[in-house]
Amino acid sequence: MLRNKAIIAGAADSDIGKLPEMSGLALNAQAAKRALDDAGMTLADVDGLLTAYSLTEPYFMLGTVLAEHLGIAPRYCASLVVGGGTPGAALHHAAMAVATGQAEVVLVTAGENRATGQSRDAAVQALTQVGHPYFETPYGPLVPAFYAMVARRYMHEYGTTREEMAHVAVRARDHAVRHPASPMTDRLDVETVLASKPIAEPLSMLDCCLISDAAGAFVVTTPDRAADLFHPPAWLWGIGESHTHEHITLAPSLTETGALRSGRDAYAMAGITPADVDFAELYDCFTIVPIIEAEELGLAERGAGGELFASGETAIEGRLPVNTHGGLLSYAQAGASGGLHGIVEAVRQLRGAQGERQVENHDIALVHNEGGVLSSHCTMVLGREKR
Amino acid sequence: MEPWPDIPGPDVNADAAPYWAAAAEGRLVIQKCADCGTFRFYPRHLCPGCGGDAAAWTEVSGRGAVHSFTVVHRAPTPAFRALAPYVIALIDLDEGPRMMANLLGADALETAIGDPVGVVFQERAGGVRVPQFVRRSG
Repeated sequence: MLRNKAIIAGAADSDIGKLPEMSGLALNAQAAKRALDDAGMTLADVDGLLTAYSLTEPYFMLGTVLAEHLGIAPRYCASLVVGGGTPGAALHHAAMAVATGQAEVVLVTAGENRATGQSRDAAVQALTQVGHPYFETPYGPLVPAFYAMVARRYMHEYGTTREEMAHVAVRARDHAVRHPASPMTDRLDVETVLASKPIAEPLSMLDCCLISDAAGAFVVTTPDRAADLFHPPAWLWGIGESHTHEHITLAPSLTETGALRSGRDAYAMAGITPADVDFAELYDCFTIVPIIEAEELGLAERGAGGELFASGETAIEGRLPVNTHGGLLSYAQAGASGGLHGIVEAVRQLRGAQGERQVENHDIALVHNEGGVLSSHCTMVLGREKR
Repeated sequence: MEPWPDIPGPDVNADAAPYWAAAAEGRLVIQKCADCGTFRFYPRHLCPGCGGDAAAWTEVSGRGAVHSFTVVHRAPTPAFRALAPYVIALIDLDEGPRMMANLLGADALETAIGDPVGVVFQERAGGVRVPQFVRRSG
C-alpha cells in the first residue's frame, strides 16, 4: 500500500523540439537539473536513479551511464524498459524504494534526441522495434500500423469515428499552443486532421504523435521532506500497473486493455472513484488511444470516449480537462519521454498558477502511461494534498 | 501468388525453425499442446493454456478470418515503400491462434473485418517462402 508513502518533490521538462546541439544524455541531464532546482535540491541529495532507454545513442546500461554522466554514485539505480509506460512504472518503483528505505531521494528521467539524433530512415527503423522481430516485422509494419489495427477494430465494435478521433488532435493542439514551451503554435481544425497524409489507414499524419528531442524528470522522496521543498509536493495517492502482452498479435483483445486493471488498482489504492478526478493526463501516442483509455479508466462509458472528446468536455475550460499541455500529439514525444511530460504537467497543474492553461479544479490528477501496443500500462492518482 | 523478391525472408530463430521448414514445402504448421490440445502461435516453449512443455507441430487448415487490418502508406524500408499501399492484417485461424500477415491479391485493398481468408505461400528474396493470406469468397 503506497498511498501517502511518497511525494513528487519537483518536476521539469528539458527544452523541447528540435535541438541538434543537445545529446540525449544532455537532455536528461538538463531535465534532471531543472527538476532538482524545482524541488530545492541538488544532485548531492540524490541516492536513487531510474531512467528509461535510448534508441538513438548506443549506450547499454543507461541507468549507470546517466549516473556517470551526472557525476553521482547512487545506491539504487536501474534502467527500465516498458516503452511509453516506463515513467509511470519508474514512479511506482521509486515510491516502493523510498517507502521501504532503499533510497531517500530518487531521480527519475526519460527522453532522448529522437528528432535529430539519427537519420530520418534510422528514426523510422526505430519505430519498427516494438514489433515482433520474427512474426510481425517481416510484414512491413511501423508502429502506426499496429495502432491502426486497434483503431479499425475499435471503430468496428463501438462505432468510434475518424471525426471523433480528429477532435482528440484538435483539442491537444489547442492546449499545446497555450504552453510557453510548446513547439506547436498553430491551431488545428477537424478538416485539416482528416485531410492530412494517410500513414496507416485509418490513421493519418495528424492522428500520430510528434517525434521530438525532449526529456523530462521528477524527484520522488518521502513525505517527511514535504515542508522543506520549494513548492508544495504532489502526493502519490494510488498507482497500478498491468502488462498483458508485448506484441499486438498476442494481445488478449484489441479493444479491452490492461488500463482496466491498472486503473482499478490505482483508484482502489487512492480510495477514490473516476468521478472524483479533476483532470487527466492520458497517453495519446495516436488519437484512438486516449479515447480507449478514457473509457477504461471510467471517465466515459464504453463506446462514448469519442463523444467525450468531440463534446468539448475535455477542454481546459471543460468539465474534465485532458492533456492540458498538449500531450504526445502536440507537445512532445521522445522515446519514453511522452508519459513523463504528462506527470510533469500534472504536478504543475496541482500546484496551480499555470497561466492560460491552468485548470479550475486541481485537487486530484489522473495520469496514464502506456507502452508497446497497449501492452504495458501504469495508472497514477496524484493529489494536491495528503490523502 | 505475387512474389516480393526485394523483401528479405524472415530471420529464423530456433523456436520457429520447423515453421519455416514446413512453409518451404507449402505447408502451414503450428504447435499443438500434447497435454491439453491447445493450438498456439507464435512458437513458444510452454503452452499458454496449461503450461505443458510438450507440443507437436501440426498442419492446420490455413483458413481463417480477418480480425483487423490496415492499409499501409508509410512503409519502414525502401523495398516496402515500393509496394505501398499494402495490407497488413491480423488473421484468426479456424484452429484458434491469431497471426499477422500481408493480405495479397488484386482485391486486397477492399478487405473488410470478418473476411474469410486462406493461406498462400509467397516467394521472397533468395526464394524463401512465407505464409501469407488472400481473401476467399464463399
